[in-house]
Amino acid sequence: MLKITDLHASINGTEILKGLSLEINAGEVHAIMGPNGAGKSTLANIVAGKEEYEVTDGTIELNGEDISELAPEERAHNGVFLSFQYPVEIPGVSVTNFIKTAINETRKAKGLEDMPAKDMLKMIREKSELLEIDRKFLSRSLNEGFSGGEKKRNEIFQMAMLQPKLAILDETDSGLDIDALRIVANGVNKLKSKDNAVIVITHYQRLLEYIVPDFVHVLHNGKIVKTGDASLALELEAKGYDWIKKELV
Amino acid sequence: MELKDKIVESYVAFENEINMNTAIHDIRSEALQNFEKLGFPTKKLEEWKYTSLNAVLKNDFSIFPNKENSIEFADVKKYFIHDIDTYKVVFIDGKYSSFLSDTTHDGKDVCLMSSALSKSKYKVVIENYFNKIAKQDNLTSLNTAFANEGAYIYIPKNVEVEKPIQIINFTTGNDVATMIQPRNLIVVEENGHVQIIERHQSLTENAVLTNVVTEIYAARNANVDFYKIQNDKNNSSLVDNTYIEQKTNSEVSVHTFSFGGNITRNNLNFYQRGEHINSILKGITIIEGKQHVDHHTLVHHIEPNCESHQDYKGIFDERSTGVFNGKVIVEKEAQKTNAYQQNNNVLVSDKSTINAKPQLEIFADDVKCSHGCTIGQLDSDALFYMQQRGIPKKEGKALLMYAFANTVLESVKIPEVKSRITKLIATKLGVNIGFDL
Repeated sequence: MLKITDLHASINGTEILKGLSLEINAGEVHAIMGPNGAGKSTLANIVAGKEEYEVTDGTIELNGEDISELAPEERAHNGVFLSFQYPVEIPGVSVTNFIKTAINETRKAKGLEDMPAKDMLKMIREKSELLEIDRKFLSRSLNEGFSGGEKKRNEIFQMAMLQPKLAILDETDSGLDIDALRIVANGVNKLKSKDNAVIVITHYQRLLEYIVPDFVHVLHNGKIVKTGDASLALELEAKGYDWIKKELV
Repeated sequence: MELKDKIVESYVAFENEINMNTAIHDIRSEALQNFEKLGFPTKKLEEWKYTSLNAVLKNDFSIFPNKENSIEFADVKKYFIHDIDTYKVVFIDGKYSSFLSDTTHDGKDVCLMSSALSKSKYKVVIENYFNKIAKQDNLTSLNTAFANEGAYIYIPKNVEVEKPIQIINFTTGNDVATMIQPRNLIVVEENGHVQIIERHQSLTENAVLTNVVTEIYAARNANVDFYKIQNDKNNSSLVDNTYIEQKTNSEVSVHTFSFGGNITRNNLNFYQRGEHINSILKGITIIEGKQHVDHHTLVHHIEPNCESHQDYKGIFDERSTGVFNGKVIVEKEAQKTNAYQQNNNVLVSDKSTINAKPQLEIFADDVKCSHGCTIGQLDSDALFYMQQRGIPKKEGKALLMYAFANTVLESVKIPEVKSRITKLIATKLGVNIGFDL
């Protein structure tokens, strides 16, 4: 599904990714871990197409198509979803109307008519129940005054509505208490299928107890330096990252 | 010949042509002298520092339109709020169009200034209200000197007008450059209630200069909602001088939607003569190209226990320029005044400009006065967030701008006006999305 080959990328002249390669197949869950500043969020933003980053070398392919020149919305239309580490507040636009606009713009890009209002409402009801989201919450301005947990739940709610092929969860666990973590993880697990893939970016093993990865990658200094199965996350939790850094020397 | 000289010279011809009314005659003559003395405003005047009429005044304006033009309703329907029933007072090149209008004398007067000025039954109202609150400044004096046509609206005590009134001035461009000076008078007696929509619309690419004066009197408990739709052609300029006097317990709101035109100058003046008055001033400005919109507001708090609420949003793209000058005067006697002023601006392009100036003159000591002014750019993180969810950049920008301006739209009380403005905004921003936020 996603194939990243020898990716180099920089922001304001500083190189952050230094030859990163990663391949993800449909039906898989990959965890990306690593110390602060390793380039985890950069990787997420680059796959999503944030313009501030410059790809200097390498390729990003989604289902065989190079997406590195596509606008962020085009990547979204192709099924890329990024759950933001810090979701942006947009005063004046309600959650419901935002997601309606997002879905209909995506449909428009595919040459489809707007989703009938009845279907939209039904879907909103189903997905908000899945994420245990109160209906009142849906008429509030997007992310404005939301708690950390509400923001993350709202991200996964949008993911549920948009049904992406590739979901990247950038530190979705940060700022969540244990109940919210369970709800969010449960939501992600329900959305998982053999046709889509999930990348979980996290510092901690905690989230991976709920969303069990097929692969765990350690990102350090702009490259993936180690790949293993779920047990690698436990090892990292127990030993920290220093042993990996030492191995590299 | 300079435009000023041409105007002064044509005054005699003007007076000869119209029905002479002695009371108004003196007011007109005095106003002409005033204009002769003051001339057109220049940038040397503090009040006109950021708005120059020089280029506009170089046009060879005809003071009186050459001939009357007729237009088909079908051709101009889109400029009306046509999905609801309304009274209409419509002018074409400054002349009344009975064909496009729908006036009334049934329990209230919604008719023409020219007949109000000439018929004896209106004499008392004219004597009591005409030119009583309009300033004696340059452009208002110019309008007063040539005051003859416009809308005359008189709402007697306890009358709630059952449908909105539209005042529309069309210009057709028979002349190379047309100057019109509509004069409106609106008197709403005790407990009266009226909603008015005003529009100036050029149907030509030729130059147009409109210098309009509107006086509004709201008696005790009266309620007036006024909506100004300014979305004119690129060669049309507008100087709107609106003066409002309010008495105890009255509420007057003015919403100004400025989406187009060459130079648009709004002089909006509120005088509070009573207690427990509420004055609401709101505006959305969305312009681009070389368009220029200037809002000069004045709220004069004269007596205690009154409120004023100002909320102006501006979005400026390309080389457009904006001015917001919000003056609030709180007299010594006006204790317990609550005066709020908000002016928020987004500069979409780095070539656009806004000059914002809150001006508070407070002489009372027990008041709540606040003002906030921001100038910013569209949040690029918010844009990326929206794009990530599949909303293209252009639509995302439009959504952000709409959300930004939405606090002003929320207080529009006529749903059809609200949906019209929403559509105008969508068209203006070049998108086709329903902003039912």
